[in-house]
Amino acid sequence: MTENLNHMLDQLCPMHLVLDRTGHITHVGPTLAKLRPDTVLLERRFLEVFELRRPRAIVGMTELVAQAGTKLHLRFRDPPTTDLKGILVLPGDAEGGAVVNLSFGISVVDAVRDYALTSADFAATDLTIEMLYLVEAKSAAMEASRKLNLRLQGAKIAAEEQAFTDTLTGLKNRRAMDHVLARAVEARARFALMHLDLDFFKAVNDTMGHAAGDHVLQQVARVMVEETRSDDTVARVGGDEFMLLLTGKLTRQVLERISARLIERLEEPIPFGAQTCNISASIGVVLSTAYDDIPDVARLQEDADIALYASKHKGRACFTFYDPALRAAAFEAGALGSQDTAHR
Amino acid sequence: MHGLINRAIQCFYRDTYGQGAWAELVRRLDLEFSEFEPMLEYETDVTLRVLDDMAGALEKDRAVVLEDIGTYLVSHPNVEALRRLLRFSGVTFLEFLHSLDDLPDRARLAVEDLELPVLELREHGPNRFTLYCTWDQPGFGHVLVGVLRTMADDYGALVFLDHTGTDHGVETVDITLFEASFAEGRHFDLAADRERAS
Repeated sequence: MTENLNHMLDQLCPMHLVLDRTGHITHVGPTLAKLRPDTVLLERRFLEVFELRRPRAIVGMTELVAQAGTKLHLRFRDPPTTDLKGILVLPGDAEGGAVVNLSFGISVVDAVRDYALTSADFAATDLTIEMLYLVEAKSAAMEASRKLNLRLQGAKIAAEEQAFTDTLTGLKNRRAMDHVLARAVEARARFALMHLDLDFFKAVNDTMGHAAGDHVLQQVARVMVEETRSDDTVARVGGDEFMLLLTGKLTRQVLERISARLIERLEEPIPFGAQTCNISASIGVVLSTAYDDIPDVARLQEDADIALYASKHKGRACFTFYDPALRAAAFEAGALGSQDTAHR
Repeated sequence: MHGLINRAIQCFYRDTYGQGAWAELVRRLDLEFSEFEPMLEYETDVTLRVLDDMAGALEKDRAVVLEDIGTYLVSHPNVEALRRLLRFSGVTFLEFLHSLDDLPDRARLAVEDLELPVLELREHGPNRFTLYCTWDQPGFGHVLVGVLRTMADDYGALVFLDHTGTDHGVETVDITLFEASFAEGRHFDLAADRERAS
């Protein structure tokens, strides 16, 4: 190969090598030379300097020449063993040598760092600089997006914490119920508080899966909304626990009817796919008019809880009105404390 | 106006005059948010109100504030990424100047919906250029003056820049390059982590 041609190749593909007919290196492009500043590559056998990883089992120049035009995967034998891609072409002159052009491929970002390469090390037409630009630009843009996502995620959690709605059933949640109940107490309103706990729900969840459980909760929610008036508040306050705040001129008789009807409707089999879910409900009821002076929210909820416990104790699927006598029984049985931890 | 541009204006104000100054501006303008999100889009009117309020608070012309923003964008450590991205455009300041025509395309490669003004560099002699900047919002030419002045320093070039006005939405910046390598300039390493280490 002439000096002139070598000079042209240095500019067009600064990572090329010229081999003679025996496979020895006779010329090294300037960027490739920069990768091995302390090693003389000239006069050495190409396959001694580079390990050909694909195609494999190439041991001599004859086999190498046969690979002309195909993509080569290779790397330096001595460290750093940077991965390279290459292509070998045959000038077809009388000398019978070959030209191999190399590139970093996807390892270019590391190579630029490891070998401290500059723009001058790449051909003017090479897209490496643009690629490095893109890598940095995309990282910066991704970082901005990532931060936005984090902020949005934070805002979503904050919004959920402030929310009044139970996302699964669309009913109010405990926060909302506490709020509404506090307002009712403050206003000395006439109301009834029902604490409702599903019976046999755990069995549905355990045997038919969470999807069935979720379906049941949604159906239960629908029934409770249908069986109450729009002024009433229905909340899911725990896994399978609900509270209903009913307002208006409520007598024990009316509440008995509502409770019985609720249990009856909740006992209707709920189809889920090919299967059927069977549950029931236990209810504890407190009536604001039963007190001389309406107690605070916590006490009202505790009393409803005590009444609910009594229903469970009676064999489930029934309702009980709160009575101070129940309180003593519940405490004696140690049920109140344990029920608290079981349900909240 | 793209959030990145709004965010840049906000960061300029915050990093130069303090978080308190920015918070006051938000209060004065009664904005519905406390920070611009770089990846969202905002009404152009909001951007203009923010800029006018800044100019008022700083008792400077809007053009001067815009030029300060340009300087900030390529010199403040908090926005070093942008300076690096611009340095990828050319090895010398002259190459950098010639690459300005590609700037909107480069920006779009990085962030698809980021629209920048159309830029066109014309060469009148070996050292004399005019940069035409076309956009629906006038004022970007002043930002460019700040960017170019600071990038010239970055490359170590000595330049004279003059914003010569706006005609039919086209801003003109005259550029005279006295010396391409007047000073050492700032080092630029293709590998980001090497540059940080050095």
